[in-house]
Amino acid sequence: MKRLGGLALRRLAQSLPVLAIILIGLFLLLQLAPGDTVDALMAQMGGGSAEDAARLRTQYGLDAGVAVQLGRYLLRLLTFDLGQSAIYGKPVASVIAERLAVTAMFMSCALAFAFSAGLVLGVLAARRVNGWPDTVISTLGLVFYAIPSFWLGLMLIVLFSVKLAWLPPGGFESIGAGLSGLDRVLDIATHLVLPTLSLALIFLAIYLRLMRASMLEVMNLDFVRTARAKGLSEGHVLWRHVLRNALLPMVTFIGLQFSTMLGGSVVIESVFSLPGLGRLAFESVVQRDLNTLLGIVLVSAVLVIIVNFLVDILYAKLDPRIGANS
Amino acid sequence: MKAVRAYLRSPAGIIGAVLLVAVIAAALSADWLFPRDPMALAGRPLQWPGANPRLPLGTDNLGRDIAGFIFHGARVSLLIGLVASVVAVGIGVLVGAVAGFYGGWVDDLLMRITEAFQTVPNFILLLVLVAVFGSELEVITIAIGLVGWTAPCRLVRAEFLSLRSREFVLAARGLGMRDAQLILGEVLPNALPPVIVYASVTMAIAILLESALAFLGLSDPNVASWGNMIGAGRSVLRTEWYVSAIPGAAILTTVLAFSLVGQGLNDALNPRMQVL
Repeated sequence: MKRLGGLALRRLAQSLPVLAIILIGLFLLLQLAPGDTVDALMAQMGGGSAEDAARLRTQYGLDAGVAVQLGRYLLRLLTFDLGQSAIYGKPVASVIAERLAVTAMFMSCALAFAFSAGLVLGVLAARRVNGWPDTVISTLGLVFYAIPSFWLGLMLIVLFSVKLAWLPPGGFESIGAGLSGLDRVLDIATHLVLPTLSLALIFLAIYLRLMRASMLEVMNLDFVRTARAKGLSEGHVLWRHVLRNALLPMVTFIGLQFSTMLGGSVVIESVFSLPGLGRLAFESVVQRDLNTLLGIVLVSAVLVIIVNFLVDILYAKLDPRIGANS
Repeated sequence: MKAVRAYLRSPAGIIGAVLLVAVIAAALSADWLFPRDPMALAGRPLQWPGANPRLPLGTDNLGRDIAGFIFHGARVSLLIGLVASVVAVGIGVLVGAVAGFYGGWVDDLLMRITEAFQTVPNFILLLVLVAVFGSELEVITIAIGLVGWTAPCRLVRAEFLSLRSREFVLAARGLGMRDAQLILGEVLPNALPPVIVYASVTMAIAILLESALAFLGLSDPNVASWGNMIGAGRSVLRTEWYVSAIPGAAILTTVLAFSLVGQGLNDALNPRMQVL
């Protein structure tokens, strides 16, 4: 327990400078953006005099030096104040909070599906390496990796929503159906099937290749030969000895890929009109709502850091060698 | 020559090379086969593929010739992929080489910056860059390069870390070479093979990123980009699904070509490394 505690503290301490760099980078990027908050406000009001602009700049603290503004910006963030959203007329923090649950649920589904399907296919391919199942699975992996997720989403809509009418073409749940309890859960689940498939397929391909390579590597290790030599069945060796060790790199990859997956959700949430963080990011670009967009960057960076932190702890729990020394 | 023969032994590499040559041929022959502006009205909108012999792949909902658009789109995709990869690999090699060669606090600082770039989801960072700097083709291409440099950077850094204290580097240092000479002349050439393999993956990712941006209508609207046509076809998806399907198949083919070439290069150059 002490080992895990120390590791957790070290990892948290390492992520703080990264977060600081992101914040400073965002702030500097904002300085480069043509026009500031006051310009946007004046445009909304339909123009105004130069004196009004100067007064507003003083009011918003935009007349101070860059360093002072950066300090104020960081202080505001410490109190979770992300500013006002220009399109929703509400604090950015509450706009994001409303969208977070949908994205969290969507991401968990996609991650779980990509991980488990990649694992099973990877094991199947590794069991008969260079046999026909391996060739089929590896080829599928290559093709999956090349499919643009948003296009796959559209084609799935054509097939399963338009032609077959099995699944809804978009949305998070049936609006106005007044469902509750288990019915509502099932309704949301049917809405999430197609988006999950579209987002997960490319990651499934990555997990599948990683799992196959990792299984093949572990299968050649000495302890596997020992397990075989003492007369364990092939299935037992595979599932109890090889699989458990081959899983470790897969776990690391959850953390590495989470950020990419979160980025991919922008397009998929837009294709399927899911009211999540990704769609909010798209809307805020279209509407030029920089405050909201930067808030999303910040929240997604924090999410990525949290997921990586959890993955590190999980990894250390699975592999007792990690964090034992130092 | 040995590398070429090793490459040709990989079936993935051969299929990839054939597909890639086809895509490059489409890009080069676009002006000759389809001299008209791909963005212009070519005929009655929404003609199905095969319905009109003059327009083999039909027209989209804006009346554009889909076949001509696909050929001109190949040019756009390859150009964006190439330039964005050069930017990404260029920054990655520079940062990775300095971090790996000097180590210490320089390495610490550069690696924290790399981590910061990796922590922000790359597509969201791309949206921020587009929102701040606009969506002209040049801006988009450089922005795609800017969000993709971390992976080549980590590769180069790892290579430099393992190479910098090898004997040939120490010998060169003993001869009185300056750091720049050591980095560029001695270490970098030995660190490049995995980066070259990875460059094909960078190309594939760059093409996917641009098509996603164009699909959302956030890329340059004046350029014949495949993603742009998929986005336009969305409004007629229920009935004329081919408008979205055809350019998507073109993206798939191109990305698949680069992945397969990457695999072939990997088999030829460093058989022990697994490309993901």
